[in-house]
Amino acid sequence: MKPAPFEYQAPAVIEEALSALAEHGEGAKLLAGGQSLIPAMNFRVVQPALLVDLNRLDDLRYIRQEGGSLSVGAMTTQRQLERDPRVAASVPLLAQALPYIAHPQIRNRGTLGGSLVHADPAAELPVVAVAARATMKARSQEGERWITAEAFFQGMFVTDLSPGEMLVEVVFPPASPRTGWSFQEVSRRRGDYAMMGVAAMVSLSEGGDCSAARLVYLNAGDGPVQAAEAVQALVGQWPDLPAIRGAARIAAEQEIDPLGNVHASVAYQRHLARVLTERALGEAVKQAQGSGEPRGSE
Amino acid sequence: MSAAAHSIRLTVNERTYERPVEPRLLLSDFLRHDLGLTGTHVGCEHGVCGACTVLLDGVPVRSCLMLAVQAHEHAVTTVEGLASGPEALHPLQQAFWEKHGLQCGFCTPGFLMTLLPFLQEHPNPSETEIREAISGNLCRCTGYQHIVQAVKLAAETMQAGQG
Repeated sequence: MKPAPFEYQAPAVIEEALSALAEHGEGAKLLAGGQSLIPAMNFRVVQPALLVDLNRLDDLRYIRQEGGSLSVGAMTTQRQLERDPRVAASVPLLAQALPYIAHPQIRNRGTLGGSLVHADPAAELPVVAVAARATMKARSQEGERWITAEAFFQGMFVTDLSPGEMLVEVVFPPASPRTGWSFQEVSRRRGDYAMMGVAAMVSLSEGGDCSAARLVYLNAGDGPVQAAEAVQALVGQWPDLPAIRGAARIAAEQEIDPLGNVHASVAYQRHLARVLTERALGEAVKQAQGSGEPRGSE
Repeated sequence: MSAAAHSIRLTVNERTYERPVEPRLLLSDFLRHDLGLTGTHVGCEHGVCGACTVLLDGVPVRSCLMLAVQAHEHAVTTVEGLASGPEALHPLQQAFWEKHGLQCGFCTPGFLMTLLPFLQEHPNPSETEIREAISGNLCRCTGYQHIVQAVKLAAETMQAGQG
């Protein structure tokens, strides 16, 4: 239950971290908040030759509102995000999801970038990133590139980042008008891993029909799982209870692929998905109907 | 194979220490073995039980999920720093004593260090808020009921003390 030996660096500038990555390749691991990596190292599931601690890179801890979008440095802690009123104003879905992430002791250390890069299918932030259409900025010694959240998550604990790249920034775009959001999850105890969770986004046309929607699930497959057919069934419809119920049934019965575990069988996870989807869509629709402007601009 | 030692300087309970540490040394083990501050308990060592909770620059963190080398130039508060002296209990400790908020006491330091900043932020918490605040700390003796009562009493005495 103690980490195997490793060399340790705590660079003061990003370039140093990138050059360590370039030099050591897969033997190097980046340490962000450490709330997933250190347990894995304590279990010796992960044994890096070199640990590059990013916690001295204060340049990567920031929250900025830029032209309606929200730009967040990868090393910003979950607690900082949770307490910043600009997050609730710009990306209400993110603000709703943050308190569900583990416990305050974990959120005090855990970072946005660390959770996204870890790509745990049971985690909240990857689901929020996909539902909110976030884009990620990756940097390496060769330069930088932008990756959509959809392309970023490639499977269980796997992302699109190459060994020489690090995630430096996440940008959440502004919501379109008449859009509502909701994040819902169920766990056995506050802060535990959720048995099921869903992020919903609904946009309405001026006439009030559903013009666009997103449903993204956690703990429902090998990454953030989108329910495209359920969305297709909803778009173009008047978003009343039967329409919402129909979409929730498609998502829960046909689209998600939960694995089941000792806490929740597959059948129970599907049941939770259906109930949570109905709740999430209901809340998102109500929000979207409540304001002609994107929520948070009030 | 052992990696090169790093020299760290930090304050623990307002006292400054300088020590060489191997990078893989966990903060929890550093506090217990290098500084002899055995009030911080080690339970699961993967961030589930909360027994090793300490304050890092005033906010609660799991000391088993941090390396000692990461505490360089930071301020740590452990349960030993809670009371004003060896004979005096902090109101939070006194309330745990009075309300039987512990039996074996293994989890207690983690509960106390989680609750101190919580009560500073929520001087008059509801029962739901208390239960959510302690959801990251496991206790196998009390069934939590007496801990919740202790937190209510501590909130009252801490508020009275300030008023």
